[in-house]
Amino acid sequence: MAAGRVVKGVRFQELRDVGDPVELGAAYSDRGADELVFLDVKATLEERDTLVGVVRRVSEQLAIPFTVGGGIRTVADADSLLSAGADKISVNSAAIASPSLITALAEKLGSQAVVVAIDTEDGRVKTRAGTTETPRGTVEWAKEAEQRGAGEILLTSIDSDGTQEGYDLEITSAVAEAVSVPVIASGGAGNARHVADALEVAQAALLASILHEDPDRLTSLREELRELGVELRDAA
Amino acid sequence: MKVAVCDYRAGNIRSVEIAFRRLGAELVDDVTAADLAVLPGVGSARSAMEELRRQGLDDALRARVSESRPVLGICLGLQLALEHSEEDGGVEGLGILPGRSVRLTEGRVPRMGWARVDGTAYYFAHSYACETPHATAWSEGIVAEARSGSFLGVQFHPEKSGAAGARYLDRVLGEVRERSLSRA
Repeated sequence: MAAGRVVKGVRFQELRDVGDPVELGAAYSDRGADELVFLDVKATLEERDTLVGVVRRVSEQLAIPFTVGGGIRTVADADSLLSAGADKISVNSAAIASPSLITALAEKLGSQAVVVAIDTEDGRVKTRAGTTETPRGTVEWAKEAEQRGAGEILLTSIDSDGTQEGYDLEITSAVAEAVSVPVIASGGAGNARHVADALEVAQAALLASILHEDPDRLTSLREELRELGVELRDAA
Repeated sequence: MKVAVCDYRAGNIRSVEIAFRRLGAELVDDVTAADLAVLPGVGSARSAMEELRRQGLDDALRARVSESRPVLGICLGLQLALEHSEEDGGVEGLGILPGRSVRLTEGRVPRMGWARVDGTAYYFAHSYACETPHATAWSEGIVAEARSGSFLGVQFHPEKSGAAGARYLDRVLGEVRERSLSRA
């Protein structure tokens, strides 16, 4: 998201407007999404107020879990989003800058509400929406995040993001094997086989580009996943 | 139907209120007078229990149960109803429900996501689980629902479990209306 709208790019570049977050969220919920993730990629101070507004509207209209991230730098930031109705918050750049933030969030909110999002390229962590390199190895950072109280790891491969050519299974399985909290694979979903493969190594798979063009794709994708032997809940 | 959701700064009060409002319930503040008191909760057992005591909600909830008036505990709300929790180095609970909560040791922890209870999928997000002789439903070997007198507790989050969760909460309101939850 940016400026209260859903945007999506390729490898974090060339963001396009694809709709209203609450409308899209409702469309995905109706079509069987298990959870929703709203990440504000601009994450400025003004954006945070916009984000709280979106969270309020989503929680009024939907009854499935959702995670919100973007610009969370303090426990108070996170608290305001949870109070507005979010179930989990996601931290990324601020956690790298100050890893003790994860501990503080977990102590106040419980680990189950704390997602650490990691953007990875060539096995290393990048921050600020993929614009800034860090010296952190992805697997090592995931382990530290877990030790500090992260309840889930949302792992996005920058190389795969928006390509629809498949998830980065190598880094995803490396992280999933290194930690004992659930790992959400992100970046690269293009078909049901990609998702099924990701679910072999990770505990959840995030979909974005593939759905934003056509929310009905989620309905057919779920049928295809079932045919591939992936167990899904009945959404109705 | 008057429903009071205990607001003790332990997480997703708003989602629970919205879920009950959708089902036509009237939200009230008075935990003692409501037809149904709901103890929701996510987060840590110790700080939640401290806040319950500070607000006198511990006594109010115990009094309700001793008078056979319905109380619904959700997730941490279920665990706080027990006699004891292993969390945070050991926390004394409300003692409404015999048993204790223990840290999950199998699978990935926290246990996050949708799992079936008697064939229907509900959303779970927890690191601790109940050990109680009063369990009435399980999910993957974990206590999903427990009942003792007029107390009903669920480990999953019906307010976050889509249409299935709404149906579950509607059944709870039905039990309150028919007084079958009070008679149990």
